[in-house]
Amino acid sequence: KHTTIMMATLTKAFKPILGRQLGNTAKLFPGLSCTCNTPTECLFIVYLQPPPAKYGGRHTVTLIPGDGIGPELLNHVRELFRFSCVPVDFEVVHVNSASTSEDDINNAIMAIRRNGVALKGNVETNHTMPPNHKSRNNLLRTSLDLYANMMHCQSLPGVQTRHKNIDIIIIRENTEGEYSNLEHESVSGVVESLKIITRNNSLRIADYAFRLARDKGRRRVTAVHKANIMKLGDGLFLQCCKEVASGYPDIEFDSMIVDNTTMQLVSKPHQFDVMVMPNLYGNVVSNVCAGLVGGPGLVPGANYGRDYAVFETATRNTGKSIANRNIANPTAMLLASCLMLDHLKLHDYANMIRGAILTTMNETRLHTVDIGGQGTTSEVVQSIMRIIQSGGPLTTEI
Amino acid sequence: MILRIIKILKVLGIGYRIFCYLTHTFLSIQTVTLIPGDGIGPEISTAVMKIFEAAKAPIQWEERNVTAIKGPGGRWMIPPEAKESMNKNKIGLKGPLKTPIAAGHPSMNLLLRKTFDLYANVRPCVSIEGYKTPYTDVDLVTIRENTEGEYSGIEHLIVDGVVQSIKLITEEASRRIAEYAFEYARNNQRTSVTAVHKANIMRMSDGLFLRKCREVAENYKDVKFTEMYLDTVCLNMVQDPSHFDVLVMPNLYGDILSDLCAGLIGGLGVTPSGNIGANGVAIFESVHGTAPDIAGKDLANPTALLLSAVMMLRHMGLHGYAKKIETACFDTIRDEKVLTKDLGGNAKCSEFTADICRRVQDMD
Repeated sequence: KHTTIMMATLTKAFKPILGRQLGNTAKLFPGLSCTCNTPTECLFIVYLQPPPAKYGGRHTVTLIPGDGIGPELLNHVRELFRFSCVPVDFEVVHVNSASTSEDDINNAIMAIRRNGVALKGNVETNHTMPPNHKSRNNLLRTSLDLYANMMHCQSLPGVQTRHKNIDIIIIRENTEGEYSNLEHESVSGVVESLKIITRNNSLRIADYAFRLARDKGRRRVTAVHKANIMKLGDGLFLQCCKEVASGYPDIEFDSMIVDNTTMQLVSKPHQFDVMVMPNLYGNVVSNVCAGLVGGPGLVPGANYGRDYAVFETATRNTGKSIANRNIANPTAMLLASCLMLDHLKLHDYANMIRGAILTTMNETRLHTVDIGGQGTTSEVVQSIMRIIQSGGPLTTEI
Repeated sequence: MILRIIKILKVLGIGYRIFCYLTHTFLSIQTVTLIPGDGIGPEISTAVMKIFEAAKAPIQWEERNVTAIKGPGGRWMIPPEAKESMNKNKIGLKGPLKTPIAAGHPSMNLLLRKTFDLYANVRPCVSIEGYKTPYTDVDLVTIRENTEGEYSGIEHLIVDGVVQSIKLITEEASRRIAEYAFEYARNNQRTSVTAVHKANIMRMSDGLFLRKCREVAENYKDVKFTEMYLDTVCLNMVQDPSHFDVLVMPNLYGDILSDLCAGLIGGLGVTPSGNIGANGVAIFESVHGTAPDIAGKDLANPTALLLSAVMMLRHMGLHGYAKKIETACFDTIRDEKVLTKDLGGNAKCSEFTADICRRVQDMD
């Protein structure tokens, strides 16, 4: 009792200093028994959200180059940021996909815990390695509990696609489901893979989806599932979505079975607004939508957790076949870096770069090979830098 | 006296059977089990029978109904006449079957699958000229493993709020489906087979599936074998479906991809489908629903069932008749004069059928 009162007093004392941060995230646990005697010791029991890695007005962001086209695209991002004088410094952490030890990825995770925000390329997973060699990207997502993957698919005006004016937000559960890495061979020749669905995670992702829909002024959330076959698993997911939906009466909620969803996406994509789904279906649907708006080179993706955020391309391709040939499309990675700037509350810089990218997209001459043009990556980045320079704010030389 | 009558009847009965046997061998008329189904099922089955008659195809139909009945031991099963007929004829054509929601028995499709061990679901997706979709150059086949995988139905509630579903992959089933896929590719002059998987995440299960596919590919050197991640396939399929030929995959990916491909060519109303089982049994079906709202009103579109029947003819080796009926059907759709409502016209089912029959007869 003595401790609880102490903690309550402390919270009240620190509230004006630490402001909103403390108010939202400090958790007081009634009935907590601890034997600390001084107020300083008690301070460490109160949970605080890690402060942003911002010193002298400059943010520090972890950068993981990855494999394939990751390193070259992230170099372009760094060049662009340096050119536009964006107050972001990158802490580069390399992850070697060929090594069997997990030290590299653990270093990367520690760096992200330190900085809070990361920008990454895809780390390749060699699927001929034995099962105890887990996917590095998956390890990163589960260790940092980045539970929500958000992908905003928008048709870009300058790009030719079969369907026009698509605007779908896809929210995918990022930590459990089919990606639990729990497999065993009970009898020789029979392999079982476990798909885990938990109530907590399903509620969390549904809540994220509805809050996002409300913040962005969206009208409808669709849950994608296969509950007619996986009655318990996807049934639980659907039930959690329904529960959360009842708390948001202003937003319409409906559900659709995943195979019907893919069929509808290729014939009538305009009926979808915000979609929320478990892990594997999210993989399929996000790739279908990325294909609909013009390909993997155009769509950025963001992974949000409670404390951390990691930004990357939405379809997570390594692009080994086009690496180091100067033909990769930098749009997805650059738009991902704009999402990161928005997360760091550097909205002016984000809007400036985004505007320059969209203006460049309108020039068919500068389209890269994947969207039907002949341009090179460096030409696209040069054009973006030129547009930013002509826009007026302080820049270094090209 | 009575005994004499009975003897005469027996002789006549045997005589009839000998007559049937002779016609079957010399005129090579094959009997096919027809399951009309529910809703629009009967109308579209009648349409298909009419078209086959007009084409003078050597097919004799044996109609059977399937409803779930409780057999000995409390297990649900299909009526024994239907089962016997299928086992005798080996080939079946099925219309849409409805699954009532709280019936207490599993879906009819599932029952059929279990009864005849239908392990492969084959769906050829070819763009139909005359039925415009944004995708015009689709020509691929999806072969889906139909018995295990994610649809094994094994689920447990571990603790309150945590559910686990088990995805089962076995060596035997993977080998069987891979062998069927390569056989199909060889018999239908397809150049490549692509295995679709997610082995970077599900290392052991999809890894086993891939290993079996690779082993089977060794015996079919004339067919090219590639492997591709599920997400890459989806991405490329939506941008350029002409890159794909035959796709083979486990149950869930197959479910999603086969419906995706059906969506590319225009939906379930124009997509044929076949289920291949052990012991040479094959059931061809239309995969759309029973459409109870238009049942009995002569508005249904028989294209899906007709194309499935064409697939059946090809399976039986009657390529000439298959080509004739398929060309007639595509010509009718391409002409765009007599189309049912879902294809964009306002003709009746009987008019659509009559047009196809006319074209078939003109071709002779």
